[in-house]
Amino acid sequence: MKTITVTVNGAVYEETVSERMLLVDFLREQLALTGTHVGCTYEGVCGACTICLDGEAVKSCLMLAVQADGHSITTVEGLAGDKLTPLQQAFIENHGLQCGFCTSGILMNMSEFLEKNPNPSDDDIRHGLIGNLCRCTGYVHIVKAVRAAAAVGR
Amino acid sequence: MPDSGTNTGIGASVRRKEDFRFLTGKGKYTDDLNRPGQAHAYFLLSPHARAKINGIDTNAAKQAPGVVDVFTAADLAADGVSGPICGWVVTQKNGEPHKSPAVSALASDRVNYVGEQVAIVVAETLAQAKDAAELIEVNYQPQPALIKMKDALANGAAQLHDDVPGNLCFDWEIGDKAATDAAFKKAHHVTKIDIHNNRLIPNAIEPRAAIGDYDSGMDMMTLYTTSQNPHVARLVLAAFMGLGPENKLRVVAPDVGGGFGSKIYVYRDEIVTLWAAKKLGRPVKWTAERSASFLTDAHGRDHDTHAELAVDKDGTFLGLRVSTLANVGAHNQIFSTATPSYLYGCLLAGQYRTPAVYGEVKTVFTNTAPVDAYRGAGRPEATFVVERLVEKTAKEMGIDRAELRRRNFIPPDQFPYQSPCLVQYDSGDFPHLLDRAMEVIDYAGFSARKQASAERGKLRGIGLSCWIEACGLAPSAVVGFLGGGVGQWESANIKFNPTGSVTLYTGSHSHGQGHETVFAQIISEHLGVPVESVEVVHGDTAVVPFGMGTYGSRSGPVGGGAVYKAAQKIVEKGRKIAAHLLEASVEDIEYAGGTYSVAGTDRTKTMAEIAFAAYVPHNYPLDVLEPGLDETAFFDPMNFTFPSGAYFAEVEVDPDTGVVTVLDMVGIDDVGTVMNPMIVAGQLHGGFAQGIGQALYEQCVYDENGQLLTGSLMDYCMPRADHFPSFRTEETNQPCPHNPLGVKGCGEAGAIGSPVAMLNAVIDAIGVNIDMPATPEKVWRALQSQAQAAE
Repeated sequence: MKTITVTVNGAVYEETVSERMLLVDFLREQLALTGTHVGCTYEGVCGACTICLDGEAVKSCLMLAVQADGHSITTVEGLAGDKLTPLQQAFIENHGLQCGFCTSGILMNMSEFLEKNPNPSDDDIRHGLIGNLCRCTGYVHIVKAVRAAAAVGR
Repeated sequence: MPDSGTNTGIGASVRRKEDFRFLTGKGKYTDDLNRPGQAHAYFLLSPHARAKINGIDTNAAKQAPGVVDVFTAADLAADGVSGPICGWVVTQKNGEPHKSPAVSALASDRVNYVGEQVAIVVAETLAQAKDAAELIEVNYQPQPALIKMKDALANGAAQLHDDVPGNLCFDWEIGDKAATDAAFKKAHHVTKIDIHNNRLIPNAIEPRAAIGDYDSGMDMMTLYTTSQNPHVARLVLAAFMGLGPENKLRVVAPDVGGGFGSKIYVYRDEIVTLWAAKKLGRPVKWTAERSASFLTDAHGRDHDTHAELAVDKDGTFLGLRVSTLANVGAHNQIFSTATPSYLYGCLLAGQYRTPAVYGEVKTVFTNTAPVDAYRGAGRPEATFVVERLVEKTAKEMGIDRAELRRRNFIPPDQFPYQSPCLVQYDSGDFPHLLDRAMEVIDYAGFSARKQASAERGKLRGIGLSCWIEACGLAPSAVVGFLGGGVGQWESANIKFNPTGSVTLYTGSHSHGQGHETVFAQIISEHLGVPVESVEVVHGDTAVVPFGMGTYGSRSGPVGGGAVYKAAQKIVEKGRKIAAHLLEASVEDIEYAGGTYSVAGTDRTKTMAEIAFAAYVPHNYPLDVLEPGLDETAFFDPMNFTFPSGAYFAEVEVDPDTGVVTVLDMVGIDDVGTVMNPMIVAGQLHGGFAQGIGQALYEQCVYDENGQLLTGSLMDYCMPRADHFPSFRTEETNQPCPHNPLGVKGCGEAGAIGSPVAMLNAVIDAIGVNIDMPATPEKVWRALQSQAQAAE
């Protein structure tokens, strides 16, 4: 067991974790932040567990909790402040989600994407989304939502 | 997309009420739930496709750190617990029922597929359960596996089940053999195809999960699970699996992350997890790892078909003959007999006037995971047969693909139309769908586009599919006549609250389809209550009326129909209350948009006033009217619904690499009344993605020993966002004539019509017949063999 200090959604946690515990399990089980999901079960290919680590979108199933020691994390629960972000709002307006299971990871990935690509083409968005699997939407409305959020950002 | 604005009734693109919780990480899926004192379960899965089990030693595992207990089939048998059941009896050619082997809840004396659950380990932590599972010693005696259907059917083949000779589940037929044979004798031309409908793995992004919980004080068992139909699960668990009476069983399906059919069934792991919770007197939680999902979730499709179409010299279809082998995997499940029989054979006439059709289907047990209904369930397979045949006929006879179809369409004035394949189509306008699809894709401009591609060294192709399906699963009488084991109605309970807001309890279950919004729109339309004042509750057998759940595109037409009926009951009761309050006769009370009025006067009462009076009956005719405004309805329609569509796909193939680039996908759909255009479009898009996935990327592969080679998302190619462009969809909004909302259902349409349109486009581009999925390797090899043949 090892004690780590992480900042999650602005709050500082000092927690004792098993060395083998994955970051996603730490978030879900130890901090009860269940908005971050497990879809491919730790293969890093579905993207449902994507979080933001020090400003960068990462798949939390491919990191150990102990590797997050001293870092700052944002999960989907920490995206919205008093109101939804333009990206979240755009997902409502454009029906960017159906079952919602992949959505947290897509929001976390696309939040970072839009910061780095404020004026993306549809091809850019589609390329940016390849790390996230969605089985419901066919991606059409997700692309539309990200495009709409980019327009709001500008 | 229309602006939701102030209109929240039927036809408006109302933004979804469910979105906020998912976008903020506040959804509650089964794996997000935890019960006080819960233990964790892990299942030991068979590594062999076929083996005898000579013994299982769990002693070491039971001694491992943190282990609560380990159970095998013997423990379940001692408690009278049994395994998955088949829900549909198919009558064979010889008049006998299909063969359905008894299945135990854990493998007992043999295993029949890789991934079959052999033992459950329950421990304080999941890691401890997994570690202990490695200490279980199973004495397997491996035997040669039967993976291919023809091997399982071969003379002298070993049997998977002692009580299923020849591994034949059923040998079934539909249509008129003599008339079809006669039609072929008159044929000017006969088109023949041998096609394989590739096996798919559904892969909802949320893996299946279950939590069993037992309240000994109440003697109540609760199963939290990833189900599309919690009441059906409860019924089956109680009536067939020996887990206790229905009134002592509660099934909760909270937020569910996609289903596509794979979460209809009651699986072994769910049965055993619930049983273990009662046995141990503490909650037990189990969540599938993705690799287990690949091995144990019901797979889809997997047909081998020979089919022939007889045509006269003008291209008029005279007869259709279809012979199919369908893989059902290792054992039956709820819909595994219905899917390759009635859900397939009944649609073999397609959109055409083909007078004589004969189909026969043999279903085969193999040492692979069970195969059952997956988005479209039988209807994509039927559409694939018909529309490959028609496309090939057009090519062979030199008739334009659209023109050939047009000559054979059932004319719009011929509905209702009795198909030679049992069902009666209720409505459709196939020429209109095709006309519009040709406009949208710019069919006339295709040859110029093909030329432009050729100038860049690329092969361009266009593919068409004109399809019809039967869905809105109901009606009970027909389903029962055909061998279905349950009713197929749906329920709804509308409870007005005293302050005028509404809680709707529905027997349908949403796992992405947006019921919380669309059902609220029905209430808004018919009772004048804004959607934000309507709470839609589903998924908990302790709370909602008995319902049949969501599959077969049934929630709109059947579940929505029940909501409508319950709303009409509310209107009628409200009319009596209004008559009293307004001191008028009931006959003089008019109702519109949530307001009652006395005909010819300006005296009115709103629905909110009526609700208040119903619950605060201080001045109320208690002698003739009960208090309360709370009505339940069950809706069982007279027929299936018959959505139809015309889909075009356009692709470009790189002859050097075989890579297929999807350039365009256009769908013109008749899904009946469109209740929420935004949501309908989303359903169609998702269906397209799964259908194109089948056509170009997805393929479940077992090796000759029954090992699943495509056992992870790194090996099984699911479509990603850069695999295709945005699809183009339109709906014709023509109402279904026999349900009150006019809805036909849109959940499966995209997955039914798109695979064959896409494959037709690839074949048009390369000029060689190939099977799905049209992977770069397969396309490249086809082009190479074509080039060699030409030399």
